[in-house]
Formats: sequence, C-alpha cells, structure tokens
Amino acid sequence: MKSGETATAKAAVEAPAALGFKRFFRRYSMQIGILFVGIFIWLLFLAAAPRTFLSSSIYISFMSTTPFFALMALPLTYIIIVGEIDLSFPSIMSLGMLAFDVTYTMTGDVWVGFFSCILAGVIAGYLNGVLVVKIGIPSLVATIGTQYLWRGVILVVTNGQGMGMTPIQDTILYPLFVGRIGGVIPAQFAWTIGIALVLWLILNRTRFGAHVYLTGDNIGSARLMGVNVDSTKIWSFIILGAAAAFAGFVVSEEVLYYWPTLGEGYMMNTLASVFLGGTSPYGGTGTILGTFIACFIIGAINAGIVAAGMTAFWTNVIYGLIVLISVSLQAVLIKRLK
Amino acid sequence: MEQFLQMKNVSKTFGEVSALHDVNFEIGTNEIVGLLGDNGAGKSTFVKIITGYHQPDPGGEFYIKGKKIDRFTVPEARKKGIEIVYQERALADEQSLWRNIFLGRETVNKWGFLDVKGMRNETRKLMSTAMGFTSKAITPESTVRTFSGGERQGVAITRALYFKAELIILDEPTMGLSLSETKKCLDFVDQIKSEGKSCIFIDHNIFHVYPVCDRIVVMDRGTVAGQYRKNELTLQELIDKLYLVAHTGSLDSGKEGQDMHPEGGTA
Repeated sequence: MKSGETATAKAAVEAPAALGFKRFFRRYSMQIGILFVGIFIWLLFLAAAPRTFLSSSIYISFMSTTPFFALMALPLTYIIIVGEIDLSFPSIMSLGMLAFDVTYTMTGDVWVGFFSCILAGVIAGYLNGVLVVKIGIPSLVATIGTQYLWRGVILVVTNGQGMGMTPIQDTILYPLFVGRIGGVIPAQFAWTIGIALVLWLILNRTRFGAHVYLTGDNIGSARLMGVNVDSTKIWSFIILGAAAAFAGFVVSEEVLYYWPTLGEGYMMNTLASVFLGGTSPYGGTGTILGTFIACFIIGAINAGIVAAGMTAFWTNVIYGLIVLISVSLQAVLIKRLK
Repeated sequence: MEQFLQMKNVSKTFGEVSALHDVNFEIGTNEIVGLLGDNGAGKSTFVKIITGYHQPDPGGEFYIKGKKIDRFTVPEARKKGIEIVYQERALADEQSLWRNIFLGRETVNKWGFLDVKGMRNETRKLMSTAMGFTSKAITPESTVRTFSGGERQGVAITRALYFKAELIILDEPTMGLSLSETKKCLDFVDQIKSEGKSCIFIDHNIFHVYPVCDRIVVMDRGTVAGQYRKNELTLQELIDKLYLVAHTGSLDSGKEGQDMHPEGGTA
C-alpha cells in the first residue's frame, strides 16, 4: 500500500511535464483556433487586395481604430465570464463625454473634465451592477434600460449639440492618449496593450479574478464557499463602465469632436470580439488573450471589407454571422463535452 | 467521547408549519453519524440549522464544544469548522482542480497576487495522498468537468478536510453514483474518521450509511425518532425499524419513538 502511494505520487508529479503540451492545446484550443482564423482571414485579404495589405498604412490604421472598441471588449470579457451581459456601454461612452462636456465648460480644467468622465463611467457601471445584483433584474433587460436612459439624458442635456475638442489638443491629454509614439504607433494602441495586460493580471492572478470565473461557473458553489458574488458582479460592471467612458474620451480626442451620438455602431463589433475570442456565452470561461486577438480580427474584417471593394453595409452582415457562428460553436462544444 | 455539537429541544416552524419540534441531537468529536429519514422528515431543515442557514425557534439550546451559542450564522458555522458538501453545488465545472480546491480561499503572496505555484503544488500533494487520484490524465490543471461523480465528491471532501473542517456534513453524497464510485465515496467517509474529524452522513440508502457510521439517527416527522450505536443492532433490525417508523411513526411496536434515548445505549 505504501509503495503504491509513492508510485502514484511520483506519477502525479511527473504527469504535468509529459502532458503539458497536449493539455495546453486542449485548454486553449479555442484561442489557438482564433489565431488560425485570424491568420486565414489575413491571407484572404492579402490575396484579395495585396496592395492595401502589403503597405504599412493599413496596419497603422488598425492600431488607431481597433482600440476604440478593444478598450471595451477587454473588460466586457469579465462581464460575460461572470455570467452577465451589458448592452449599455455604447451609451456610457457618450455619458462620460457628457460629464466632460459639462464639467469642462464649468471649470475650464481638462483634468477635472477627464476625471469626471471616468467617474461618470464608474457610476453608470455601478448602477448597472446594483440593478442586476441588488434589485435582481436580468442584466439583459437592466442594461437595455440604462442604455436608453443614458442616451436620453445625453440628448436632453446637450440638446443634440456636440462639442469641439480642439482645446484638448494643447494639453498633455492629447499626446498621452492619441499621440503617435515615434511619430508612427498610435498611443491608444499602447494603452490597449497596457490595459489588456492589467486586465489579464487581475483576471488570472488575483482573488477577484478567480471569483469572476467561479461566480460565472457555479454561483451556488461560489456563494457556499464564501465568495462575495454580489460585489464580484458589481465590480465587473464598474470596470466596464470606467473603460467605456475612457474609450469614449479616446475616440472624441482622436476625431477632436464630441458627438452626442458617440458610441452608436460600437455594440456589435465589441460583442463580436468577445464571443469570437472564445468567451463562453454561458459564463465561467474566457480569456483576455482571446478577446485581444479577436478585436484585431474584427478590426481587420472591417478594413478588409472596404479594401476588398465591398460596401460597408456588409460589415453588419459579417458581425452578425461572427457572433452567431462563434456562439453556436461553443454551444455545440459544450453539448459534446457533456 | 467529547461532544462537538449539541442541540437541546430545538424546534423550527415556518409560519404555521412545524418543520422540527424538540429535536435533541449531539455528535461527538471524531464521530460519524448517519442521518436517516424519509422525505419530509426534517433532515434538510435540521442541516440548515446546523450550518447557520436557518435560525431555530426561541427556546432551544445550541452548544458547540460545550459552549452555548446564542445566534448561529453561516460565517459563524464556518469559523467553528462546520462544512457542508453538496453533490451538485460543490464544484465549479469549468475551472481547474487547483482552483476548485482553493475555491473562495485562494492564497495570495505579499503583493496580493494569487500564489498559483503554491496552490498547484499543494493540490498535487493532496491528489496523490488524500484524493488517491492515480490516473495520469488528471493534473492540478485538469478541469473538473471531466471528473466522475466519485472523484468530484473526493475533491469536495478533501477540500473540506484540507481547510480544517471539524464537522463535515454530506448531503446525499452517493446519489446517482455507480457502485464503484459509491465505494470510493464511502472510503472518503472512512478517511474523515481516520483524520479525527466528525461527519453527519445523510442518505436514503441505509446500506451506504450503516457500514461507515458509528451511530445512526433516525428522523421522522420533524423529530428524532431514535438513535442507535451501531453495535446495538444489526442491519436487518435497522431495516425493520425504519419500515415500522415509516408506517406508524414509532420505532417499536406499541412503544413511543422518543423513549429510545441514545444515552440508554451501551457504547
């Protein structure tokens, strides 16, 4: 019996090394699949429009525009993993800028404006969280409600009028968020990478991140084991709210104008990025890396459609298909595993 | 034997429905008690009081290690080392084994980041010792979804033991398990015994309960109908009594069920 035990102990210790590679592939099969899909699509575009896709300008353009929705898709991954959904983030993009608009006009201080913008996102995210967790409204319904509420508030307050952002151009905020590093790389791309790294670290290496997975996977078990599932969900909404407001700020800076309709058109590409990235619509699984890669695939598809000579109307068809196919694939996979 | 937990005249009513009335119960340190009873006998209400989920009606008394407890809550129960293992709700399917072992009690380093390496190593150690996982296919990184029912129970029980649970409550742990899986699960109950901890083992199946427990408590219609040390009666006698209680509400023909007090036993 004793010798048997040590043998198993030894086997258990040796097993990881032998199985590491295989297990890695099984565990990250979805993410590896996405990577290949991305490469495949890239080759397709390369064949369809070699002149566009062989020049560097298209890649610079990716780096400039993909962050606009990637900055939201990354934290939206948390929401989906935790087993909820948020459809209000496009309105929160604009709500943040409304807060900027109002406070900047009052104080003339861009920093006050910037922090009000992020704070508005935090508050909007917190409200989503409270509606879902404390009041008990399904997140789909609650965030459709807040989506329309915030959009309405924005239109009422601004009376549909936008705001020029040119005063920002002279402050540090402009080069900080949308400048060109070395005159080439868009600053927002660096921010996206930085934020992706931080979100990865939080999700995989902190107790909060562990609780995001556990809450989405088995909320009953998480509760029984003393995980504060309520606060885990609320914080996930807060992070997305803050990120959406930040994304709104970056977009407005890039185009140097705040449109009250800011955020419209960001819903589908953001959601598509998360689901294409292998995050399960059933909650409990998903990765930041998958979302990150998927964002650039979505960005490339957008540019590719136009470059390949199709009309931009096709983009909606493609996004719709991407969401449906990636979600169906996961549904089939889950059924097979069970 | 030192008493771990003691209940005196504990009742619980929901509105006008009396779920438990005047329950007297105790469990010693390192004692395995089998809790038998039909559906509606009050087993789950009883368990929810022990785990602090429900507050008993005023008038009953509740002691842990001889100390009277006035208000017993879930966090309080956990602090006292009372841990319940539900089959269905115990594990997070899509997560790795090590994350499940440390579920809700993740260890962090001095910077507040998860001590992933430490938790993996600890899990690997537990796998080969406590859980007895021999399959090479299972590693600390394996997702729990692929585990069999018995293995899942093993993980949940090991987790409770690892975190120093004093009293582990198993709620129908063998439900839906195959024969060999059930055997594995019962081995874990033996392990609770050999680790010096206590266990309340709730099951419908007396053939599962009888071999592993020290004492059997029979509940019926919201009260403890009788208690027996295992050496007091054979399996066949127990079956007869259970059959009787289900039909008459009394464990002995012509005798009140409450008369069978455990202190009368020859332990």
